[in-house]
Amino acid sequence: MPSTTETSTAVRDQGGAANAAPSGPPPSRARRPNRWLAWGFLAPVTIYLVAFYAYPLYRNVELSLREYTVRSFVQGGAPFAGLDNYRTVLTDPAFGPTLTHTVVFTAASLAFQFTIGMALALFFYNHFPLSRTLRALFLVPWLLPLIVSASTWSWLLNSDSGLVNSALGVVGIDPVNWLTSPGWSLTSVIIANIWIGIPFNLVVLYSGLQAIPTEMYEASALDGATGWQRFWGITFPLLRPVSLITLLLGLIYTLKVFDIIWIMTKGGPTSSSATLATWSYRLGFGNLLPEFGPGAAIGNLLIVLALVAGLVYIRIERRQQLR
Amino acid sequence: MTTSTPRAWWKTGVGLVLTGLMLFPVYWMINVSFTRDQDMRASPPHLFPTNGTLDGYRAVLDQQLPYLGTSFLVGLGTVALTVALAAPAGYALAKLRPPGGPALSFVLLIAQMIPGIIMAMGFYAIFLTLGVLNTLPGLILADTTLAVPFAVLIFTAFMSGIPDELLQAAVVDGAGQLRTFWSVVLPVSRNSIVTVSLFAFLWSWSDFIFASTLAGGGDHQPITLGIYHYIGNNNQQWNAIMATAVVASIPAAVLLILAQRYVSMGVTAGAVKD
Repeated sequence: MPSTTETSTAVRDQGGAANAAPSGPPPSRARRPNRWLAWGFLAPVTIYLVAFYAYPLYRNVELSLREYTVRSFVQGGAPFAGLDNYRTVLTDPAFGPTLTHTVVFTAASLAFQFTIGMALALFFYNHFPLSRTLRALFLVPWLLPLIVSASTWSWLLNSDSGLVNSALGVVGIDPVNWLTSPGWSLTSVIIANIWIGIPFNLVVLYSGLQAIPTEMYEASALDGATGWQRFWGITFPLLRPVSLITLLLGLIYTLKVFDIIWIMTKGGPTSSSATLATWSYRLGFGNLLPEFGPGAAIGNLLIVLALVAGLVYIRIERRQQLR
Repeated sequence: MTTSTPRAWWKTGVGLVLTGLMLFPVYWMINVSFTRDQDMRASPPHLFPTNGTLDGYRAVLDQQLPYLGTSFLVGLGTVALTVALAAPAGYALAKLRPPGGPALSFVLLIAQMIPGIIMAMGFYAIFLTLGVLNTLPGLILADTTLAVPFAVLIFTAFMSGIPDELLQAAVVDGAGQLRTFWSVVLPVSRNSIVTVSLFAFLWSWSDFIFASTLAGGGDHQPITLGIYHYIGNNNQQWNAIMATAVVASIPAAVLLILAQRYVSMGVTAGAVKD
């Protein structure tokens, strides 16, 4: 950064001038070097964003608009194909089911993660001996590498010797082919994903609960409100902003989920647990003959979904800050 | 405080049961990692590693050390690059408030929402051209994208809380902005640096999608790929797979114990405004 010494002197001058004489140089002139200095601090991250976010995204759009083969991927010269790849993907018989799986996976995960997380947050809100330690332990599933959680769940749900099936056997239920039957594979990956998502919901909702003033509860206790009435009358409404943000962040994260499904079922059997994310990966990297064009097209559809959720998130966040 | 009433202890009991249920899969992973091959398909399964074996861990030592080493190097590189990029940016956004700053924060928020598979495909195309596919620097660069936007937002939030007087005092003493940043802002921001480093390390340590797409064909493969290949090639030796999983979880466990409050700070900082 060749300009830093220059600009920092300018800032020092500005600081000195402001201290010595309030009637010094007009703020607009004095502020200009400061502005460039700020962008000096921001330059690395800006360049980084362009090189490692914007450019890969651009490359991805380009991939989706051309007809790539392995050869043209390495050597260049892939012909422009317009929206052909999008047409291929949208008319693929797998598109409908995959979109449905994505929606079911996301909706079921969110519903259970949120309700369980909320129940646990309310439970831990009543401080009791060891509550801090136990709450910290609840974070473990969230901190474990996803491949660890996914392989552990694969073993627990193993058809022949998994613990889940032997436990079901004890109560007299026949073993279920959790990961290898098309009817159960989606349920299995949803169960694992709920387990992984509970800690996040717990921590965020718990911190939301802590922000509710205790006087509100004291007042309602004087009025003789029951626990249930307190929850629906005070906690739930006051927690609504935090709940919304938890759900939206959950939505954005869940749309992205790839590792768990890929490691547990590879989206199978016969794409019965495939989502948009695993489908895109399969096309681009999971085959001997990669189909980068359609893979990138699915990726771009996924990003549109994530961005819509993201924009809703930002709108809500903004509105809350204004309050 | 009602800490030692009988009612509170009753709640501790319920809490212990709930925590036990939640952590049962983790316990099971540890249990299986000590189980002998011939007991693996026992029915009913052994709830404790009776006749425990260290075979799984021996296999880890024999086969997984290079993977662990790679993950460690990639993690350190990711932490260093993330902090170096994000700390100055956080300072500028929090204290220098340049025009265009809010727009940049907006871009960072959006950047966090991009699914990994899309980044992976774009990176693959770029890395192929640059010739950094299957290299450590390539993987480090890709893994930083998991942490940088989050890191800038954390630094911005934290550094906004530094009193202006402290910075003005430094300026009055004749320090330039660079000097102020280096000798005043960074030392005071130690907590946020710990939080950011913790998450950057954990995320790069657990990254699977970039590892499998950008480093899958190289000599330097991280531990997530080590486990993945293990499951693929060798789904008989579950004690070795689970032993690797246990070893791969150690950083998370250590960080959770050492830096509990930073962890919850990090989880909430991204989502909730004070």
